[in-house]
Amino acid sequence: MTQIEEVTIDQYKHLVSERALTGETMLLNMGPQHPSTHGVLRLLLELDGEVVINCIPDIGFLHTGVEKNMEAKTYQKAEVMTDRLDYMNTMGNNLSYVMAVEKLIDVDVPVRAQALRVILVELQRIASHLVWLGTSGLDLAAMSMFLFCFREREQILDIFELVSGQRMMTTYIRPGGVWRDVPVEFEKAVRDFIKIFPKRIDEYEKLLTKNPLFIDRMVDIGHLSKETALSYGVTGPSLRASGVNWDLRKARPYMGYEQYDFNVPVLTEGDTYARYLVRIQELRESLKIVEQAMNKLPLGPVRSDNRKFVPPPRSEIGVSMESLIHHFKLWTEGFNAPQASIYSAIESPRGELAAFLEGDGGPKPLRVHLRTPSFDNLAVLPEMVKGHLVADLVAILSSIDIVLGDIDR
Amino acid sequence: MDKSLEPIVKKLQEKFGATYEEFRGEAHCFVRPEQIVDALMCLRDEHQFELLSAQTAVDYHPQNAPRFHVIYQLTSLAQNLSVQLRVPVNGDQLKVPTATRVFKSANWREREISDMFGIEFEGHPDPRRILMPDDTEGHPLRKDFPLGYEEPQFSFNFDEIDLRKPYVKE
Amino acid sequence: MGVEQKLGNMGVVTTTLENVVNWSRTGAMWPMLFGLACCAIEMMAAQAAHYDMSRFGMELMRASPRQSDLMIVAGRVSKKMGPVLRRLYDQMPEPKWVLAMGDCASCGGVFNNYAIYQGVDEVVPVDVYVAGCPPRPEALIHGVLTLHEKVKGDKFKDLAADIK
Repeated sequence: MTQIEEVTIDQYKHLVSERALTGETMLLNMGPQHPSTHGVLRLLLELDGEVVINCIPDIGFLHTGVEKNMEAKTYQKAEVMTDRLDYMNTMGNNLSYVMAVEKLIDVDVPVRAQALRVILVELQRIASHLVWLGTSGLDLAAMSMFLFCFREREQILDIFELVSGQRMMTTYIRPGGVWRDVPVEFEKAVRDFIKIFPKRIDEYEKLLTKNPLFIDRMVDIGHLSKETALSYGVTGPSLRASGVNWDLRKARPYMGYEQYDFNVPVLTEGDTYARYLVRIQELRESLKIVEQAMNKLPLGPVRSDNRKFVPPPRSEIGVSMESLIHHFKLWTEGFNAPQASIYSAIESPRGELAAFLEGDGGPKPLRVHLRTPSFDNLAVLPEMVKGHLVADLVAILSSIDIVLGDIDR
Repeated sequence: MDKSLEPIVKKLQEKFGATYEEFRGEAHCFVRPEQIVDALMCLRDEHQFELLSAQTAVDYHPQNAPRFHVIYQLTSLAQNLSVQLRVPVNGDQLKVPTATRVFKSANWREREISDMFGIEFEGHPDPRRILMPDDTEGHPLRKDFPLGYEEPQFSFNFDEIDLRKPYVKE
Repeated sequence: MGVEQKLGNMGVVTTTLENVVNWSRTGAMWPMLFGLACCAIEMMAAQAAHYDMSRFGMELMRASPRQSDLMIVAGRVSKKMGPVLRRLYDQMPEPKWVLAMGDCASCGGVFNNYAIYQGVDEVVPVDVYVAGCPPRPEALIHGVLTLHEKVKGDKFKDLAADIK
């Protein structure tokens, strides 16, 4: 096991200002283990008193080698690893990888499976924004927000457990459809949630939105202009709070999003308060989508019929010989994908989450690359933070909503 | 391919001699390494492709010419189009000019590609390793780098693996 | 209240010093905030109001290692993070315990590759392993209670032999 290397200022000479080399400003390490870095992120701050002059992020403390490990597994078995990347948005990660696989092997998804996927992904978006709200409040010392948000999240995790058996890493969305049909208690659980949630959002807004302390700490902090955001590749609520109306659910609809009626909140100020307002409004819009999808839920199969690529349901295996042979072949050897590449993107709670998949004619992928939104969203942090205090850095870092599993993969 | 993408691809073919392939509605254009910065600037300024969505690389190991393809995925928000540029890189000449002048998001993305694959980007302002520790030897995502797979401990080989594992103070 | 009812007017309790010391150690064991990845979210959920961990004494999570007794390693430990983990473990004062939460901390989990330590016991000595990916909050609480049972069975002569 290697020792921690002593860091000298020579390594960062090209990144810090000249005043640091003479000792006039101080280099402070906000280390990998820190209560408000939202994961293992190391920030090197060059400080002049309390004011931040430069900020150098150091990532890689959670590097898991997922992309190389997925090359050693077949397409179905590799899906398990996608859950664990952005652990707040597990259904979304599954969906982006599965959509890429389905496009590569050209398999259609039945309409009931599409509607179920939309319901679960939007519930996951609500759960992710609730954790953001809770930890954001915790960073700014509003501790009761944390307890309130986790109370709602428990209800959503109960729905996930009802459907798939697991609270977080479900792997429920699989190539060709979903794993199995939802049980009868699903509808009642989702409708109970839809009934109580709007009043809860109003409670959170009453607590925070017009609070003078909150406004003091959030307004005019961390400006992100439109050109900087586009040049750095920022997507998601951070881009929409800077004035660009780009949401992949409206621009390139997938999984039947064009049938649902919802708005995309866009603001122009580009500061931390604008990002907060955009996300609160997205909570309400996601709830609208869940309600419409629940009302329109069509009947039908939940898995595609193409048995060369999609395993048959367990009930068929006992009665049909071809089903047994297909099941055996798909789970031992896997299906062969064409020798081509696909780039398929969805809108995750953090931005554009895409899977770049290249097949080589065999059962294992040649290259899987996951384009994760938090990587580019973090790269713009040094621009946003220049000239602010260290306490503002904490507020800005929590408003861009990063997840380290996304960044380090 | 989208109707409005065809004139853009034709322009790339004329100006840079790019070849292109199409698969399930996506357009992949092959560009030579020396021309990539000009191609990116032409797409950003004249055709409004403002967002560099992704930049990554693929390793085709047993084949040496080309051994890698560096991939740039560009998105245009105004016209709602996207195009993919691929740069083939030979195994003995691993240098590509940097795209940081054109898109700032290329800064970290190119650091990741040079860390994982060993491709050098000329003119990059900050060429340090980004994801692996600084003293790593080798480049993990190449096909000849081993996976580092460790044998799982079942009951038949429990004791022999137990003796080999480097436990601490136990 | 129960103690006075049993003793009446006496005001004297006889027990061994070991029992008292072990009982007080389990009464308020403060964990150090060491959430790395997905298991950290389940640890936060265990700390929140639905599955409350402060009824077992873990009221706060201290960010500083100098003020905590228990390190819950929640998540996967990569090769870059290993030396940091060891340094934080060394900074904790005795008596200290380590709980490996989740599959990745116990044995490497799903990830059997070059970047992840196959089990955090290659870096620090572990007392209790909790399985699951991620373990439910109730499983984490069960792990913590198992650790309390282990601490209640500690003997002074073993601890004196460890401290050199």
